[in-house]
Amino acid sequence: MDLAGFLIRRFIEAIPTFFGLLVLIFLIARVMPGDPIRLALGPEATQAQIEAFRRELGLDLPLWLQFATYLQNLSRGDFGISLRTHRSVSEDLRELVPATLELVGSALLLSVVFGLPAGILSAIYRNSWIDASARLAAVSGVALPRFWVGILLQIFLAYRLGLFPIIGRSDLGVSVSQLTGFRTVDALLAGNMPAFLDAVWHLALPAFTLALPTIAQVARLVRASMIEVLGQPYILVHRAYGLPPRRIVYRFALRNSLTSTLTLIGLSFGALIENAFLVEVVFSWPGISAYGAQAVLAKDFNAVVAVTLVIGLAFLVANLIVDLLYGLLDPRVRYD
Amino acid sequence: MTKETSRPTSRARFVRRFLQNPLSLVGVMIVGGVVVLALFAPWIAPYPEDAGASVHFDRALQPPNSAHWFGTDEVGRDIFSRVLFAARPALVFVVVVLALALGIGVPTGLIAGYRPDSILGRIILRVTDIFLAVPPLALALAFTVALQPDLLTAMVAVSFAWWPWYTRLVYGEVLRIRKEPFVEAAVALGQKDSLIMLRHILPNVVSPVLVKATLDISFIILLGSSLSFLGIGAQEPTPDWGAMVARGRLYLPEAWWLTTMPGTAIFVTVIGFNLLGDALRDALDVRQ
Repeated sequence: MDLAGFLIRRFIEAIPTFFGLLVLIFLIARVMPGDPIRLALGPEATQAQIEAFRRELGLDLPLWLQFATYLQNLSRGDFGISLRTHRSVSEDLRELVPATLELVGSALLLSVVFGLPAGILSAIYRNSWIDASARLAAVSGVALPRFWVGILLQIFLAYRLGLFPIIGRSDLGVSVSQLTGFRTVDALLAGNMPAFLDAVWHLALPAFTLALPTIAQVARLVRASMIEVLGQPYILVHRAYGLPPRRIVYRFALRNSLTSTLTLIGLSFGALIENAFLVEVVFSWPGISAYGAQAVLAKDFNAVVAVTLVIGLAFLVANLIVDLLYGLLDPRVRYD
Repeated sequence: MTKETSRPTSRARFVRRFLQNPLSLVGVMIVGGVVVLALFAPWIAPYPEDAGASVHFDRALQPPNSAHWFGTDEVGRDIFSRVLFAARPALVFVVVVLALALGIGVPTGLIAGYRPDSILGRIILRVTDIFLAVPPLALALAFTVALQPDLLTAMVAVSFAWWPWYTRLVYGEVLRIRKEPFVEAAVALGQKDSLIMLRHILPNVVSPVLVKATLDISFIILLGSSLSFLGIGAQEPTPDWGAMVARGRLYLPEAWWLTTMPGTAIFVTVIGFNLLGDALRDALDVRQ
């Protein structure tokens, strides 16, 4: 089967899953006990005010009708009004989604930038101190609570040493026109170097906190697959021919370990989105995860529904992209 | 017949392999230590009354010292005592989540794997697809939106997000085992489906499920502490590691011990369960 056919088939397969997700989230939001209206209006509200607000939000209608309205609104990209910010949830999200994507994207980049060299070095210098410290970092990288790592980095690198900003996405007074919503990209597009550096400087700690377990996993995986490849007979042949070791490592061993690394990075997307909830809260990062966490505590149903759906959708798309790239990198994979 | 004769040797091999790995002993020691400390917290803790809502403003925010090994919090409670007591909700959390997730995941996985083409089997697999489409923390958070934030809510929410992973694991194993001659024989003999599932198939999925459950414990602890860090979980004054870190953040950077001590407790516990799970996997020789 060709690439286009594969894409279409996978897309069609994803539709029932996504529809199921819509139903599930709707059920969570509407069928569970608890009165969001009472919470949104506070204890001072009169019964009449509550009834009026309930009618305004359509929560007085029968459940199936509510579901129909919900689907109709979603198809227009309308998630309703946030009970907490009293703004349109879609508008809130439009500002927040780029911030989260920028954070998760940077974390993915860091996973490769740090994980790949660490894995290569531990494979080449197997059982050396480099290998041992990479292994130690890998074990603790997975076991450290994400929010706590963030706090430790804040204490030592930001407060004590003053190397990085403690929280936030940019310094006050640094502003660039918003085109994409990605601070780094916007600053580059505007040719504003100080703003770009400011954005990167603010990204560094949260992105590293988020990336830590993925860095560790990438390093372990690259190490394992490189050691396996380096033990293959054809590598020995190249070595016997007198090919420089550097060339063998990069030309053969590394390339063969890239496919599995790619899969791992794709699979870690879910973990990154998940841990973004904690990292964004710790670093006051204005993304959808911090927004979602606040919405849950405020019982802001529309916002919770929107955040969960957006994350689910991002997750589906990420898996699809990984499948595609996997086939491109490894010619043995057939799309069927 | 083979089963009967191979059992003692495989058990001996399991014990030998498990003991050969020095890290597994470290894991056993850490986990054992956490369990003992949790069980005997009221007798071990130097200030057991601080596990509640007691207030001693005269000794608030003291750094670690000989009287208060882990320092004191913003109302003067002994953090060491609170960290000990907080091991209780953490372990209860693990037990309840595993019980619920396995309780739903294993039977659904058995049914879906034994009769993958039946209507029920298809529905089960479809539903797991939906659940697996959202990362567990996001799903658990969404689940709690309408509920009172407390420990029970957090436990149910995490189980709600976690069971499909067991369904999938058991489903995969059952698909494989179903084709084995001993199952075919049982079918040919006309045994009832429920009997085949329980007596012939279930015993063969126990070890992969056990290994996954052990390895999952660390994730469940991390997930639970994340939820309570975000405000969903045990509420003040009940001691809880995640919640203690969240409150301690307000007193940074000066009072670093408020966040560091409970954070370390999570870290050590998770490492312990990780080592135990790895050792168990290697000893049982289950492929990941």
